[in-house]
Amino acid sequence: MKVKDTLQFSIRALSGFGGRTWLMLLAMAIGVGSVVVLTALGDGARRYVINEFAQLGTHLLVVLPGRSETTGGHPPIMGETPRDLTLDDALALRRSPFIKQVAPIIVGSAPVSSRQREREVNILGTTAELYGIRHLEMSQGKFLPPGDPQRGSAVTVLGAKLKSELFGNRRALGRWVRIGERRFRVIGVLTAKGQSLGTDISDLAIIPVATAQSLFNRASLFRILVQARSRESIPRAKQAVLDIIRERHDGEDDITVITQDAVLATFDGIFRALTMAATGIATISLVVAGILIMNVMLVAVSQRTTEIGLLKALGAPQKQILRLFLLESALLSVAGAACGIAIAFAGVWALDRAFPDFPLQIPPWSLGAAVAVALATGLLFGVLPARRAARMDPVQALNSVGG
Amino acid sequence: MIRLRGVERMFQVGSETVHALRAINLQLDAGEYAAIMGPSGSGKSTLLNILGLLDRPDRGTYWLDEVDTTNLSEEQRADLRRHKIGFVFQSFHLVPRLTAAENVELPLVLAGMAPQRRKPRVEQALEHVKLTDRAHHRPDQLSGGQRQRVAIARATIMRPTLLLADEPTGNLDHHSGNDVIETLEALNLEGITLVIVTHDPEISRRARRRLQMVDGTIVDD
Ligand SMILES: Nc1ncnc2c1ncn2[C@@H]1O[C@H](COP(=O)(O)OP(=O)(O)OP(=O)(O)O)[C@@H](O)[C@H]1O
Ligand SMILES: [Mg+2]
Repeated sequence: MKVKDTLQFSIRALSGFGGRTWLMLLAMAIGVGSVVVLTALGDGARRYVINEFAQLGTHLLVVLPGRSETTGGHPPIMGETPRDLTLDDALALRRSPFIKQVAPIIVGSAPVSSRQREREVNILGTTAELYGIRHLEMSQGKFLPPGDPQRGSAVTVLGAKLKSELFGNRRALGRWVRIGERRFRVIGVLTAKGQSLGTDISDLAIIPVATAQSLFNRASLFRILVQARSRESIPRAKQAVLDIIRERHDGEDDITVITQDAVLATFDGIFRALTMAATGIATISLVVAGILIMNVMLVAVSQRTTEIGLLKALGAPQKQILRLFLLESALLSVAGAACGIAIAFAGVWALDRAFPDFPLQIPPWSLGAAVAVALATGLLFGVLPARRAARMDPVQALNSVGG
Repeated sequence: MIRLRGVERMFQVGSETVHALRAINLQLDAGEYAAIMGPSGSGKSTLLNILGLLDRPDRGTYWLDEVDTTNLSEEQRADLRRHKIGFVFQSFHLVPRLTAAENVELPLVLAGMAPQRRKPRVEQALEHVKLTDRAHHRPDQLSGGQRQRVAIARATIMRPTLLLADEPTGNLDHHSGNDVIETLEALNLEGITLVIVTHDPEISRRARRRLQMVDGTIVDD
């Protein structure tokens, strides 16, 4: 039998099906639709988090004082009193060939004022290298000047929000602001890049690290950001950090190094697993649809018993009858899957409108997978009815009543 | 072309065994026209189903064109049905969703013939049973006699050598029954071997050979 004829025969048989078929199509459509929407949601969540992390910088290592017992991603819980990280520690890291840039960071809080306006904000003491490490962008002026980190000048870079709180629409570049008891010249304003993982980089003032040390009267660093030369050199950069600091701290391992890629990989893994789990649960609905297909096909087989007898009398072998009925269930499930994909696109479109910030997109593989699973379901659950049809006794089939 | 020797067919009904056919010996030559008569339950349909390879004897041997069919596989028997045997049933067995022409075309479609070769053959077959003008009607738009003629066209489109008809006029009035019998006889004149099961003595009188069955045996030939 020609492929086209087989298809035509099955499609015409299907169009004679009743309301049960619509129910089954609906079930399959809901099953496929939910699988696709859930994968889109899971994948969206994954990309959302990955994106947040990526904004922190590339090939990033974070050096924290204190030793963490957990090898994972959390900052250490301070048990013992560790030796402080110093600016010299940070500068010593530049020695390693696997390390591209180092930015020491001191964080404190102080009132910032210009004329009558005053705000209590976070003050970040660092060096020029933070600019490249954290992918910062300037809307006006320049970032902290490169130069000897040990010598601080009285300059500051303002976050976008702080700038507008203090100056409104007026020009801030070149003006003086008071931070704590000292006066700083504004040399730059950051773009309103917004929040990245909790730190609002638009509501702070950045000053040279040495200036921050004297402002807060504190030599110890909050942390050190290290950028490795490349993705491949991250593990060696990490080892270099550990080695150099141990050497400087009299052989004590009293720091924690978090690699951003490790954190990323962890989150990536978690979200992939979540997506898979959600997809798996949604797949159960496909099984329900499969059982409905089986029901529809069993009814069709018993309604068309005499037709099956006739096909056998006309010389159709078992294989051919099996194929005809399998094709019908496959067509049913593919039609259901097509409806389901339409539902999924409509659903994702609606969700996208409702939550525009969330990067929602149907991953192409999920479409293929949904159709494949639907087809497999249709074939799997179509086997029983088709086998029943193929194995019918021709004489009994022809003599059955009600066909 | 047909030779049966010692053919028996039994059915198990509950604890009882029903002997539908007992020790049937029969020989039919190519081109023959035979009518099978007999009371209800005498085994006429069972015999016809065995001749048509729809059923297997429990004992005995059936040669069709010198081929022993009793040891053939299901697939080989289907193949013989497709190419050598045509069936006409009392209740027509047309596929209700297909038009007359499509019903006639069905065996060619199942056999995988190309569409452009099918079309002229279908037209010719419909013309043969004088239904060209009803080609695109569905079975429910046709009379009983017309339906049976569509079924005959379908049974012969593969040009079988053996045509088996089980009470082909059983559901028809006298007039359309006559049309159907004449159509079948015309095919017989063209050389097809024709076997008709009938209750109608008038029909059996027209046959060149009459087989009388009683209780699973052929009592008169
Ligand atoms: N599938 C079956 N199961 C059990 N018994 C059967 C079966 N088929 C036929 N029989 C029995 O075999 C016998 C012969 O049946 P068959 O149908 O051949 O009779 P028939 O001569 O065609 O009768 P009718 O003129 O009523 O069609 C009957 O007694 C019938 O009850
Ligand atoms: Mg009968």
